[in-house]
Amino acid sequence: MKCRVCRGPAVIDVRRQNANYCVEHFLRMCRDQVNKAIEQFAMLNPQDRALVAVSGGKDSLAVWDLLSEAGYEADGLYVGLGIGDYSDASRGCARRFADQRGLELIEVDLLEDFGFDLPSGARAARRVPCSACGLTKRHLFDKAAVQGGYDVVVTGHNLDDEAAVLFGNALRWHTDYLARQLPVLPERDGFPKKVKPLVRLGERETAAYCVLRGIDYIVQECPLAAGNRHLGYKEALNEIEATSPGTKFDFYFGFLARAAALFRPIAEADHQNLAGCLGCGAPTTAELCAFCRLTERATRAGRGAGAGAEVDGAAVLSAHRGPVADGA
Amino acid sequence: MKVVLRNPRREIELAGPMSVVALLNKLELKREAVLVIQDGTIVPGDATLADSDVVEVRPVISGGAV
Ligand code: SF4
Ligand SMILES: [Zn+2]
Ligand SMILES: [Zn+2]
Repeated sequence: MKCRVCRGPAVIDVRRQNANYCVEHFLRMCRDQVNKAIEQFAMLNPQDRALVAVSGGKDSLAVWDLLSEAGYEADGLYVGLGIGDYSDASRGCARRFADQRGLELIEVDLLEDFGFDLPSGARAARRVPCSACGLTKRHLFDKAAVQGGYDVVVTGHNLDDEAAVLFGNALRWHTDYLARQLPVLPERDGFPKKVKPLVRLGERETAAYCVLRGIDYIVQECPLAAGNRHLGYKEALNEIEATSPGTKFDFYFGFLARAAALFRPIAEADHQNLAGCLGCGAPTTAELCAFCRLTERATRAGRGAGAGAEVDGAAVLSAHRGPVADGA
Repeated sequence: MKVVLRNPRREIELAGPMSVVALLNKLELKREAVLVIQDGTIVPGDATLADSDVVEVRPVISGGAV
């Protein structure tokens, strides 16, 4: 195997590009793809303060590394979900990464700051763990970005993630989700701007990037992920990709180029119904935002059945201490 | 050679030399779903592993909701 660029010995093949790369040129390709995504979708300005959603996994550490190497001011935010060893190990990876590079890592802890952990909260609210987890992370990242005065929230979603989510949403014609599945969501109505600089890289590439950069990320999988739909969609797409390399890229980028705009009116209609959450002030279409509803159910279960049927807005607010509320 | 597998972490011994492709076939793994790692770098798909080698076969597909 020879490197496409220098003809030296290659370490990795990228079938979608029909190319092999040596270490140096693979890392350069990753940087180029990220820069291209940033430019193509106007993700970041050089003077922006970015808040990176850090899980300790390959994608979030890769994107944090790529942005700080490129000279962006990027702090990390880690949310402790209380998922046993997995959370302890992932927090360790996030902290070591930040320490070694002198980067700022903000931490929020669901149990300490809000009184419940993700597994018991999801159970109490009768939600699939990943759905409770997703809404929790979105809420806390949005809030931290707004309170900390960040210009943009960066997430590590890669091409495989986006293609799988698109596939799932199209299978069920979740047109409201399709309307929002973009690599950039602009700031509006109290939500911060959100960007996904890794959309042009597959997850094998983000993992390889970490290995070749010596980034120690958490390889262990979250124990709550097993059997979720998202994984099944990834597998289905990988089957197709195996016989037809480039399918995932064309599927996602074709959607962005030719279909995404058709769903925009649906996203607009959603925005018109937004008002401040009675519990925390975050923008929501209901009286209480999804996170306050989750917190209410999760902590009520903890206090014993029947206690506090109504959510106490002040309690929710005062429970929200720590670095996020301090605007660190 | 010693092969370290992940999730859960475990080790197996296989006789070398063996090509990376043959190793992955034997383990019934798809090449696109893993990286073969040795001494902090990636072993290319066309390489041959020696009997004395120690490699890690690391899955790259993560499964959380996003
Ligand atoms: S797999 Fe699901 S529950 Fe686990 S961290 Fe990811 S989103 Fe959360
Ligand atoms: Zn090269
Ligand atoms: Zn709220």
